[in-house]
Amino acid sequence: MTTSQVQGPAIHVRGLEKSYKELRVLRGVDFDVARGSIFALLGSNGAGKTTVVRILSTLLKADAGTAGVNGLDVATQAAHVRESISLTGQFAAVDEILSGRENLVLVARLRHLKDPGKVADDLLARFSLTDAGARKASTYSGGMRRRLDIAMSLIGNPPVIFLDEPTTGLDPQARLEVWQAVRELAAQGTTVLLTTQYLDEAEQLADRIAILHEGRIIVNGTLAELKQLLPPAKVEYVEKQPTLEDVFLTLVGDKSGKGKNGKDHTPNADA
Amino acid sequence: MNKHFLGDTATLLGRSLRHVTRSVDTIITTAVTPIAMLLLFVYVFGGAIKTGTESYVNYLLPGILLITVASGIAYTAFRLFTDMKSGIFERFQSMPIARSSVLWAHVLTSLVANLISLVVVVLVALLMGFRSGAGVLAWLAVAGILMLFTLALTWLAVIPGLTAQTMEGASAFSYPLIFLPFISSAFVPTDTMPGPVRAFAEHQPVTSIVNAIRDLYTQQPVGTDIWIALAWCVGLLVISYVFAMNTYRRKIS
Repeated sequence: MTTSQVQGPAIHVRGLEKSYKELRVLRGVDFDVARGSIFALLGSNGAGKTTVVRILSTLLKADAGTAGVNGLDVATQAAHVRESISLTGQFAAVDEILSGRENLVLVARLRHLKDPGKVADDLLARFSLTDAGARKASTYSGGMRRRLDIAMSLIGNPPVIFLDEPTTGLDPQARLEVWQAVRELAAQGTTVLLTTQYLDEAEQLADRIAILHEGRIIVNGTLAELKQLLPPAKVEYVEKQPTLEDVFLTLVGDKSGKGKNGKDHTPNADA
Repeated sequence: MNKHFLGDTATLLGRSLRHVTRSVDTIITTAVTPIAMLLLFVYVFGGAIKTGTESYVNYLLPGILLITVASGIAYTAFRLFTDMKSGIFERFQSMPIARSSVLWAHVLTSLVANLISLVVVVLVALLMGFRSGAGVLAWLAVAGILMLFTLALTWLAVIPGLTAQTMEGASAFSYPLIFLPFISSAFVPTDTMPGPVRAFAEHQPVTSIVNAIRDLYTQQPVGTDIWIALAWCVGLLVISYVFAMNTYRRKIS
Protein backbone atom coordinates (compact mmCIF):
# COMPACT_ATOMS: atom_id res chain seq x y z
CA MET A 1 0.00 0.00 0.00
CA THR A 2 2.88 2.37 0.62
CA THR A 3 3.58 4.69 -2.22
CA SER A 4 6.97 4.71 -3.84
CA GLN A 5 9.64 6.40 -1.80
CA VAL A 6 10.33 9.93 -2.87
CA GLN A 7 13.47 11.83 -2.02
CA GLY A 8 13.32 14.82 0.30
CA PRO A 9 11.54 15.38 3.60
CA ALA A 10 8.46 13.35 4.52
CA ILE A 11 6.54 16.52 5.28
CA HIS A 12 7.27 19.86 3.69
CA VAL A 13 5.31 22.97 4.68
CA ARG A 14 5.87 26.49 3.33
CA GLY A 15 3.98 29.70 4.02
CA LEU A 16 0.84 27.96 5.22
CA GLU A 17 -1.99 30.37 5.99
CA LYS A 18 -5.51 29.75 7.20
CA SER A 19 -8.19 32.05 8.57
CA TYR A 20 -11.60 31.33 10.03
CA LYS A 21 -13.49 34.48 9.11
CA GLU A 22 -11.48 37.31 10.74
CA LEU A 23 -9.47 34.98 12.95
CA ARG A 24 -6.05 34.38 11.39
CA VAL A 25 -5.11 31.00 12.80
CA LEU A 26 -2.05 30.30 10.65
CA ARG A 27 0.02 33.26 9.43
CA GLY A 28 2.75 31.61 7.39
CA VAL A 29 3.89 28.32 8.84
CA ASP A 30 7.13 26.73 7.57
CA PHE A 31 8.70 23.46 8.62
CA ASP A 32 10.10 20.20 7.31
CA VAL A 33 9.97 16.76 8.87
CA ALA A 34 12.73 14.31 8.01
CA ARG A 35 11.81 10.76 7.05
CA GLY A 36 11.57 8.34 9.95
CA SER A 37 11.76 11.04 12.61
CA ILE A 38 9.36 12.14 15.31
CA PHE A 39 8.45 15.80 15.04
CA ALA A 40 6.53 17.53 17.80
CA LEU A 41 4.41 20.57 17.15
CA LEU A 42 4.12 22.28 20.48
CA GLY A 43 1.67 25.01 21.30
CA SER A 44 -0.99 26.14 23.72
CA ASN A 45 -4.68 25.55 23.10
CA GLY A 46 -5.89 27.41 20.03
CA ALA A 47 -2.38 27.89 18.65
CA GLY A 48 -3.41 26.23 15.38
CA LYS A 49 -1.82 22.80 15.83
CA THR A 50 -4.98 20.95 14.86
CA THR A 51 -5.47 23.23 11.87
CA VAL A 52 -2.01 22.28 10.57
CA VAL A 53 -2.80 18.59 11.03
CA ARG A 54 -6.18 18.93 9.32
CA ILE A 55 -4.58 20.61 6.32
CA LEU A 56 -1.84 17.98 6.10
CA SER A 57 -4.38 15.16 6.31
CA THR A 58 -6.47 16.71 3.47
CA LEU A 59 -9.46 17.50 5.70
CA LEU A 60 -9.09 21.25 5.28
CA LYS A 61 -7.85 23.50 2.49
CA ALA A 62 -5.23 26.12 3.25
CA ASP A 63 -5.83 29.73 2.17
CA ALA A 64 -2.24 30.15 1.02
CA GLY A 65 1.08 28.34 1.00
CA THR A 66 2.02 24.80 0.07
CA ALA A 67 2.14 21.56 1.96
CA GLY A 68 3.54 18.27 0.75
CA VAL A 69 3.42 14.85 2.33
CA ASN A 70 5.65 12.08 1.02
CA GLY A 71 6.43 14.31 -1.97
CA LEU A 72 2.73 14.74 -2.83
CA ASP A 73 0.88 18.05 -2.71
CA VAL A 74 -2.03 17.98 -0.23
CA ALA A 75 -4.15 20.32 -2.34
CA THR A 76 -3.71 18.88 -5.83
CA GLN A 77 -2.92 15.23 -5.05
CA ALA A 78 -5.17 14.77 -2.03
CA ALA A 79 -6.26 11.23 -2.95
CA HIS A 80 -2.63 10.10 -3.23
CA VAL A 81 -1.71 11.84 0.00
CA ARG A 82 -4.41 9.81 1.75
CA GLU A 83 -2.64 6.63 0.59
CA SER A 84 0.49 7.76 2.44
CA ILE A 85 -0.95 8.95 5.74
CA SER A 86 -2.93 8.04 8.74
CA LEU A 87 -4.64 10.43 11.12
CA THR A 88 -5.25 9.86 14.79
CA GLY A 89 -7.40 12.77 15.78
CA GLN A 90 -7.76 14.58 19.05
CA PHE A 91 -10.56 12.33 20.27
CA ALA A 92 -10.05 8.59 19.92
CA ALA A 93 -11.98 7.99 16.71
CA VAL A 94 -13.09 4.43 17.29
CA ASP A 95 -16.50 2.98 16.58
CA GLU A 96 -17.98 2.47 20.04
CA ILE A 97 -20.64 0.02 18.97
CA LEU A 98 -18.18 -2.31 17.23
CA SER A 99 -15.73 -4.51 19.08
CA GLY A 100 -12.02 -3.69 19.05
CA ARG A 101 -11.38 -6.41 16.51
CA GLU A 102 -14.27 -5.28 14.29
CA ASN A 103 -12.87 -1.74 14.33
CA LEU A 104 -9.54 -3.04 13.04
CA VAL A 105 -11.17 -5.29 10.42
CA LEU A 106 -13.24 -2.34 9.23
CA VAL A 107 -10.19 -0.17 8.64
CA ALA A 108 -8.30 -3.05 7.01
CA ARG A 109 -11.21 -3.55 4.59
CA LEU A 110 -11.34 0.17 3.82
CA ARG A 111 -7.61 0.05 3.08
CA HIS A 112 -8.36 -2.84 0.74
CA LEU A 113 -5.98 -5.26 2.41
CA LYS A 114 -6.02 -8.98 1.62
CA ASP A 115 -6.57 -10.64 4.97
CA PRO A 116 -8.35 -8.17 7.28
CA GLY A 117 -8.89 -10.76 10.02
CA LYS A 118 -5.19 -11.56 10.29
CA VAL A 119 -4.20 -7.89 10.22
CA ALA A 120 -6.64 -7.27 13.07
CA ASP A 121 -5.41 -10.18 15.18
CA ASP A 122 -1.76 -9.19 14.72
CA LEU A 123 -2.46 -5.64 15.85
CA LEU A 124 -4.55 -6.75 18.81
CA ALA A 125 -1.57 -8.83 19.95
CA ARG A 126 0.91 -6.03 19.34
CA PHE A 127 -1.11 -3.55 21.40
CA SER A 128 -1.99 -6.01 24.19
CA LEU A 129 -5.66 -5.94 23.30
CA THR A 130 -6.16 -9.59 22.35
CA ASP A 131 -8.23 -10.35 25.45
CA ALA A 132 -10.39 -7.28 24.92
CA GLY A 133 -10.70 -7.81 21.16
CA ALA A 134 -14.23 -9.19 21.25
CA ARG A 135 -15.55 -6.51 23.59
CA LYS A 136 -17.34 -3.38 22.44
CA ALA A 137 -14.96 -0.44 22.23
CA SER A 138 -17.34 1.56 24.45
CA THR A 139 -16.28 -0.65 27.38
CA TYR A 140 -12.58 0.20 26.95
CA SER A 141 -10.61 2.44 29.28
CA GLY A 142 -9.15 5.68 27.92
CA GLY A 143 -5.73 4.13 27.41
CA MET A 144 -7.13 1.07 25.65
CA ARG A 145 -9.20 3.26 23.32
CA ARG A 146 -6.14 5.30 22.44
CA ARG A 147 -4.15 2.14 21.79
CA LEU A 148 -6.92 0.79 19.58
CA ASP A 149 -7.08 4.17 17.86
CA ILE A 150 -3.34 4.13 17.13
CA ALA A 151 -3.52 0.47 16.05
CA MET A 152 -6.23 1.47 13.53
CA SER A 153 -3.89 4.14 12.21
CA LEU A 154 -1.11 1.64 11.56
CA ILE A 155 -3.14 -0.58 9.26
CA GLY A 156 -1.67 -0.58 5.79
CA ASN A 157 1.68 0.71 7.11
CA PRO A 158 1.30 4.32 6.01
CA PRO A 159 4.74 6.00 5.91
CA VAL A 160 3.49 9.16 7.66
CA ILE A 161 1.33 9.28 10.78
CA PHE A 162 -0.30 12.32 12.37
CA LEU A 163 -1.09 12.12 16.06
CA ASP A 164 -3.13 15.09 17.22
CA GLU A 165 -2.71 15.44 20.99
CA PRO A 166 -2.43 11.68 21.47
CA THR A 167 -2.30 11.77 25.26
CA THR A 168 -4.70 14.58 26.15
CA GLY A 169 -7.10 13.33 28.79
CA LEU A 170 -5.18 10.13 29.54
CA ASP A 171 -3.99 9.04 32.97
CA PRO A 172 -0.20 8.83 33.48
CA GLN A 173 -0.05 5.10 32.88
CA ALA A 174 -2.02 5.22 29.65
CA ARG A 175 0.19 8.11 28.60
CA LEU A 176 3.31 6.02 29.00
CA GLU A 177 1.71 3.23 26.97
CA VAL A 178 1.03 5.64 24.14
CA TRP A 179 4.58 6.98 24.28
CA GLN A 180 5.88 3.46 24.00
CA ALA A 181 3.71 2.83 20.95
CA VAL A 182 4.95 6.01 19.29
CA ARG A 183 8.60 5.10 19.92
CA GLU A 184 8.05 1.67 18.39
CA LEU A 185 6.51 3.27 15.34
CA ALA A 186 9.47 5.54 14.75
CA ALA A 187 11.86 2.64 15.32
CA GLN A 188 10.26 0.95 12.32
CA GLY A 189 10.86 3.94 10.10
CA THR A 190 7.47 5.63 10.21
CA THR A 191 7.50 9.41 10.18
CA VAL A 192 5.45 10.77 13.08
CA LEU A 193 4.13 14.28 13.42
CA LEU A 194 2.56 14.75 16.80
CA THR A 195 0.97 17.79 18.33
CA THR A 196 0.98 18.31 22.04
CA GLN A 197 0.54 20.91 24.70
CA TYR A 198 2.64 18.89 27.15
CA LEU A 199 6.24 20.01 27.17
CA ASP A 200 7.53 16.77 28.66
CA GLU A 201 5.84 14.80 25.92
CA ALA A 202 7.79 16.65 23.26
CA GLU A 203 10.92 16.31 25.37
CA GLN A 204 10.47 12.56 25.75
CA LEU A 205 9.53 11.64 22.22
CA ALA A 206 10.57 14.13 19.61
CA ASP A 207 13.71 14.30 17.48
CA ARG A 208 12.78 17.85 16.62
CA ILE A 209 10.43 20.26 18.31
CA ALA A 210 8.73 23.27 16.80
CA ILE A 211 6.77 25.78 18.81
CA LEU A 212 3.69 27.17 17.12
CA HIS A 213 2.68 30.51 18.55
CA GLU A 214 0.22 33.07 17.19
CA GLY A 215 0.11 31.36 13.81
CA ARG A 216 3.83 31.08 13.24
CA ILE A 217 6.63 28.67 14.09
CA ILE A 218 8.74 30.70 16.49
CA VAL A 219 11.44 28.09 17.12
CA ASN A 220 12.30 24.81 15.49
CA GLY A 221 15.17 22.56 16.55
CA THR A 222 16.34 19.60 18.56
CA LEU A 223 15.85 19.62 22.30
CA ALA A 224 19.55 20.47 22.78
CA GLU A 225 19.28 23.37 20.35
CA LEU A 226 16.19 24.71 22.08
CA LYS A 227 17.93 24.52 25.44
CA GLN A 228 20.82 26.59 24.12
CA LEU A 229 18.43 29.43 23.43
CA LEU A 230 18.39 30.10 27.14
CA PRO A 231 21.37 31.26 29.23
CA PRO A 232 23.69 28.38 30.29
CA ALA A 233 22.53 26.34 33.22
CA LYS A 234 23.76 27.36 36.63
CA VAL A 235 24.30 24.88 39.39
CA GLU A 236 21.83 25.01 42.24
CA TYR A 237 21.33 22.49 44.99
CA VAL A 238 17.76 21.32 45.17
CA GLU A 239 16.45 18.52 47.34
CA LYS A 240 15.35 15.68 45.03
CA GLN A 241 11.73 14.99 45.82
CA PRO A 242 9.81 12.23 44.06
CA THR A 243 7.36 13.72 41.61
CA LEU A 244 3.69 13.05 42.17
CA GLU A 245 3.85 10.92 39.01
CA ASP A 246 6.54 8.72 40.61
CA VAL A 247 4.41 8.34 43.71
CA PHE A 248 1.30 7.55 41.71
CA LEU A 249 2.99 4.96 39.52
CA THR A 250 4.66 3.27 42.51
CA LEU A 251 1.40 3.07 44.40
CA VAL A 252 -0.71 1.72 41.53
CA GLY A 253 2.10 -0.67 40.56
CA ASP A 254 3.28 -0.03 37.04
CA LYS A 255 3.69 -3.72 36.26
CA SER A 256 4.23 -3.29 32.56
CA GLY A 257 7.57 -1.62 33.19
CA LYS A 258 6.78 0.75 30.36
CA GLY A 259 7.06 3.64 32.74
CA LYS A 260 10.82 3.58 33.04
CA ASN A 261 11.37 6.13 30.36
CA GLY A 262 9.14 8.64 31.99
CA LYS A 263 10.29 8.25 35.56
CA ASP A 264 13.46 10.21 35.97
CA HIS A 265 12.65 13.49 34.38
CA THR A 266 12.35 16.64 36.39
CA PRO A 267 8.95 18.07 37.19
CA ASN A 268 7.65 20.19 34.39
CA ALA A 269 5.55 23.23 34.04
CA ASP A 270 2.55 21.39 32.64
CA ALA A 271 -0.46 20.46 34.67
CA MET B 1 -16.35 7.47 -9.95
CA ASN B 2 -13.73 5.97 -7.67
CA LYS B 3 -13.05 2.29 -8.39
CA HIS B 4 -13.52 1.45 -4.72
CA PHE B 5 -16.91 3.15 -4.42
CA LEU B 6 -19.03 -0.02 -4.38
CA GLY B 7 -16.67 -2.01 -2.15
CA ASP B 8 -16.21 0.83 0.33
CA THR B 9 -19.94 1.54 0.44
CA ALA B 10 -20.61 -2.16 1.11
CA THR B 11 -18.03 -2.23 3.93
CA LEU B 12 -19.43 0.91 5.55
CA LEU B 13 -23.00 -0.29 5.03
CA GLY B 14 -22.07 -3.47 6.92
CA ARG B 15 -20.74 -1.28 9.70
CA SER B 16 -23.82 0.88 10.14
CA LEU B 17 -26.21 -2.07 9.75
CA ARG B 18 -24.42 -3.53 12.77
CA HIS B 19 -25.25 -0.32 14.58
CA VAL B 20 -28.90 -0.91 13.73
CA THR B 21 -28.94 -4.59 14.69
CA ARG B 22 -27.06 -3.87 17.92
CA SER B 23 -29.49 -1.18 18.95
CA VAL B 24 -32.77 -2.86 18.07
CA ASP B 25 -34.38 -0.31 20.36
CA THR B 26 -34.07 2.28 17.59
CA ILE B 27 -36.27 0.14 15.34
CA ILE B 28 -38.73 -0.52 18.15
CA THR B 29 -38.86 3.17 19.09
CA THR B 30 -39.42 4.03 15.46
CA ALA B 31 -42.31 1.59 15.23
CA VAL B 32 -43.86 2.16 18.69
CA THR B 33 -45.26 5.66 18.13
CA PRO B 34 -46.96 4.82 14.82
CA ILE B 35 -48.34 1.60 16.32
CA ALA B 36 -49.66 3.50 19.35
CA MET B 37 -51.36 5.97 16.98
CA LEU B 38 -52.77 3.09 14.98
CA LEU B 39 -54.27 1.56 18.14
CA LEU B 40 -55.54 4.92 19.42
CA PHE B 41 -57.17 5.97 16.20
CA VAL B 42 -58.65 2.59 15.32
CA TYR B 43 -59.96 1.58 18.75
CA VAL B 44 -60.66 4.97 20.37
CA PHE B 45 -61.44 7.63 17.75
CA GLY B 46 -62.09 5.39 14.76
CA GLY B 47 -65.68 4.50 15.67
CA ALA B 48 -66.68 8.15 15.51
CA ILE B 49 -64.82 9.01 12.31
CA LYS B 50 -66.83 8.81 9.10
CA THR B 51 -64.53 8.00 6.21
CA GLY B 52 -67.01 6.36 3.89
CA THR B 53 -65.01 3.13 4.02
CA GLU B 54 -65.86 -0.05 5.87
CA SER B 55 -62.60 -0.52 7.71
CA TYR B 56 -60.91 2.42 9.40
CA VAL B 57 -57.61 0.55 9.77
CA ASN B 58 -57.54 0.21 5.97
CA TYR B 59 -58.17 3.94 5.67
CA LEU B 60 -55.57 4.90 8.27
CA LEU B 61 -52.62 2.69 7.37
CA PRO B 62 -50.95 4.83 4.63
CA GLY B 63 -50.73 7.87 6.92
CA ILE B 64 -49.32 5.72 9.72
CA LEU B 65 -46.69 4.35 7.33
CA LEU B 66 -45.58 7.88 6.43
CA ILE B 67 -45.36 8.76 10.13
CA THR B 68 -43.19 5.66 10.61
CA VAL B 69 -40.76 6.88 7.97
CA ALA B 70 -40.79 10.44 9.34
CA SER B 71 -39.80 9.22 12.80
CA GLY B 72 -37.37 6.64 11.42
CA ILE B 73 -35.23 9.17 9.61
CA ALA B 74 -34.57 11.00 12.89
CA TYR B 75 -32.23 8.08 13.63
CA THR B 76 -30.54 8.53 10.27
CA ALA B 77 -29.68 12.09 11.28
CA PHE B 78 -28.68 10.84 14.73
CA ARG B 79 -26.30 8.18 13.38
CA LEU B 80 -24.66 10.64 11.03
CA PHE B 81 -24.38 13.24 13.80
CA THR B 82 -22.70 10.69 16.08
CA ASP B 83 -20.14 9.87 13.38
CA MET B 84 -19.42 13.56 12.86
CA LYS B 85 -18.93 14.24 16.56
CA SER B 86 -16.94 11.12 17.42
CA GLY B 87 -14.18 11.86 14.93
CA ILE B 88 -14.67 8.62 13.02
CA PHE B 89 -16.07 10.61 10.11
CA GLU B 90 -12.75 12.47 9.86
CA ARG B 91 -10.85 9.23 10.15
CA PHE B 92 -12.75 7.86 7.14
CA GLN B 93 -12.27 11.09 5.21
CA SER B 94 -8.51 10.98 5.73
CA MET B 95 -8.31 7.43 4.40
CA PRO B 96 -7.81 6.36 0.78
CA ILE B 97 -11.48 5.48 0.25
CA ALA B 98 -14.20 6.73 -2.06
CA ARG B 99 -15.24 9.66 0.13
CA SER B 100 -18.92 9.76 -0.84
CA SER B 101 -19.33 6.12 0.22
CA VAL B 102 -19.41 7.35 3.84
CA LEU B 103 -22.64 9.20 3.08
CA TRP B 104 -24.15 6.52 0.84
CA ALA B 105 -23.66 3.89 3.52
CA HIS B 106 -25.78 5.99 5.88
CA VAL B 107 -28.44 6.53 3.23
CA LEU B 108 -28.71 2.81 2.44
CA THR B 109 -28.79 1.96 6.14
CA SER B 110 -31.68 4.38 6.51
CA LEU B 111 -33.57 2.57 3.73
CA VAL B 112 -33.03 -0.83 5.35
CA ALA B 113 -33.90 0.34 8.88
CA ASN B 114 -37.07 2.08 7.70
CA LEU B 115 -38.08 -0.93 5.64
CA ILE B 116 -37.87 -3.13 8.75
CA SER B 117 -39.96 -0.64 10.77
CA LEU B 118 -42.54 -0.44 7.97
CA VAL B 119 -42.85 -4.24 7.87
CA VAL B 120 -43.35 -4.31 11.65
CA VAL B 121 -46.13 -1.69 11.43
CA VAL B 122 -47.85 -3.50 8.54
CA LEU B 123 -47.76 -6.76 10.53
CA VAL B 124 -49.45 -5.06 13.48
CA ALA B 125 -52.05 -3.59 11.11
CA LEU B 126 -52.71 -7.10 9.78
CA LEU B 127 -53.33 -8.31 13.33
CA MET B 128 -55.79 -5.41 13.74
CA GLY B 129 -57.77 -6.50 10.72
CA PHE B 130 -56.08 -4.73 7.85
CA ARG B 131 -56.87 -6.64 4.65
CA SER B 132 -56.15 -6.02 0.99
CA GLY B 133 -56.92 -8.02 -2.10
CA ALA B 134 -54.39 -6.09 -4.17
CA GLY B 135 -52.03 -8.01 -6.43
CA VAL B 136 -48.26 -8.16 -6.45
CA LEU B 137 -47.95 -5.29 -8.89
CA ALA B 138 -50.00 -2.90 -6.75
CA TRP B 139 -47.97 -3.83 -3.67
CA LEU B 140 -44.74 -3.31 -5.56
CA ALA B 141 -46.02 0.14 -6.50
CA VAL B 142 -46.83 0.84 -2.83
CA ALA B 143 -43.36 -0.34 -1.82
CA GLY B 144 -41.83 1.81 -4.55
CA ILE B 145 -43.62 4.96 -3.40
CA LEU B 146 -42.64 4.31 0.22
CA MET B 147 -39.00 3.72 -0.73
CA LEU B 148 -38.94 6.91 -2.79
CA PHE B 149 -40.50 8.82 0.11
CA THR B 150 -37.95 7.31 2.54
CA LEU B 151 -35.09 8.18 0.23
CA ALA B 152 -36.29 11.78 -0.12
CA LEU B 153 -36.66 12.23 3.66
CA THR B 154 -33.35 10.44 4.25
CA TRP B 155 -31.46 12.96 2.13
CA LEU B 156 -33.33 15.68 3.99
CA ALA B 157 -32.16 14.09 7.27
CA VAL B 158 -28.57 14.13 6.05
CA ILE B 159 -28.53 17.95 6.26
CA PRO B 160 -29.18 18.26 10.04
CA GLY B 161 -27.08 15.14 10.57
CA LEU B 162 -24.09 16.94 9.08
CA THR B 163 -24.70 20.40 10.49
CA ALA B 164 -26.34 19.96 13.91
CA GLN B 165 -24.47 21.10 17.00
CA THR B 166 -26.45 19.03 19.48
CA MET B 167 -28.13 15.64 19.44
CA GLU B 168 -31.55 17.28 19.91
CA GLY B 169 -30.89 19.56 16.97
CA ALA B 170 -30.06 16.59 14.79
CA SER B 171 -33.45 14.96 15.29
CA ALA B 172 -35.79 17.90 15.97
CA PHE B 173 -36.39 18.50 12.25
CA SER B 174 -38.47 15.33 12.11
CA TYR B 175 -41.22 16.59 14.46
CA PRO B 176 -43.01 18.76 11.88
CA LEU B 177 -42.75 15.90 9.40
CA ILE B 178 -44.42 13.56 11.89
CA PHE B 179 -47.30 16.00 12.33
CA LEU B 180 -47.81 16.82 8.66
CA PRO B 181 -50.06 13.75 8.10
CA PHE B 182 -52.55 15.15 10.66
CA ILE B 183 -53.37 18.02 8.31
CA SER B 184 -54.02 15.77 5.35
CA SER B 185 -56.39 13.04 4.24
CA ALA B 186 -54.42 10.51 6.30
CA PHE B 187 -56.72 10.40 9.34
CA VAL B 188 -59.98 11.96 8.11
CA PRO B 189 -61.35 12.98 4.72
CA THR B 190 -60.57 16.61 3.95
CA ASP B 191 -64.24 17.55 3.12
CA THR B 192 -65.15 18.68 6.62
CA MET B 193 -62.12 20.93 7.12
CA PRO B 194 -62.64 24.73 6.95
CA GLY B 195 -61.57 26.42 3.70
CA PRO B 196 -57.91 27.43 4.22
CA VAL B 197 -57.06 24.27 6.20
CA ARG B 198 -58.69 22.16 3.54
CA ALA B 199 -56.80 23.99 0.81
CA PHE B 200 -53.52 23.33 2.62
CA ALA B 201 -54.41 19.70 3.34
CA GLU B 202 -55.35 18.95 -0.25
CA HIS B 203 -52.24 20.52 -1.72
CA GLN B 204 -49.55 19.23 0.58
CA PRO B 205 -47.55 16.13 -0.40
CA VAL B 206 -48.89 13.78 2.28
CA THR B 207 -52.45 13.81 0.92
CA SER B 208 -51.50 12.75 -2.59
CA ILE B 209 -49.07 10.09 -1.33
CA VAL B 210 -51.63 8.74 1.16
CA ASN B 211 -54.39 8.70 -1.48
CA ALA B 212 -52.16 6.97 -4.02
CA ILE B 213 -51.12 4.23 -1.58
CA ARG B 214 -54.70 3.77 -0.35
CA ASP B 215 -56.06 3.51 -3.91
CA LEU B 216 -53.36 1.01 -4.84
CA TYR B 217 -54.10 -1.50 -2.11
CA THR B 218 -57.86 -1.03 -2.17
CA GLN B 219 -57.71 -1.74 -5.92
CA GLN B 220 -59.23 1.61 -6.86
CA PRO B 221 -58.16 3.48 -9.98
CA VAL B 222 -55.28 5.70 -8.79
CA GLY B 223 -56.09 8.65 -11.06
CA THR B 224 -53.79 11.66 -10.95
CA ASP B 225 -52.87 11.24 -7.27
CA ILE B 226 -50.05 8.82 -8.02
CA TRP B 227 -48.39 11.24 -10.44
CA ILE B 228 -48.69 14.13 -8.02
CA ALA B 229 -47.33 11.86 -5.28
CA LEU B 230 -44.39 10.80 -7.44
CA ALA B 231 -43.72 14.40 -8.45
CA TRP B 232 -43.62 15.45 -4.75
CA CYS B 233 -41.32 12.57 -3.83
CA VAL B 234 -38.94 13.07 -6.75
CA GLY B 235 -38.96 16.86 -6.30
CA LEU B 236 -38.23 16.59 -2.58
CA LEU B 237 -35.58 13.96 -3.28
CA VAL B 238 -33.76 16.10 -5.85
CA ILE B 239 -33.83 19.26 -3.71
CA SER B 240 -32.75 17.41 -0.54
CA TYR B 241 -30.01 15.58 -2.40
CA VAL B 242 -28.59 18.78 -3.89
CA PHE B 243 -28.64 20.59 -0.54
CA ALA B 244 -27.25 17.59 1.34
CA MET B 245 -24.41 17.12 -1.16
CA ASN B 246 -23.59 20.84 -1.01
CA THR B 247 -23.47 20.69 2.77
CA TYR B 248 -21.32 17.56 2.57
CA ARG B 249 -18.84 19.17 0.18
CA ARG B 250 -18.53 22.20 2.42
CA LYS B 251 -17.87 19.88 5.36
CA ILE B 252 -15.12 17.87 3.71
CA SER B 253 -13.34 20.51 1.66
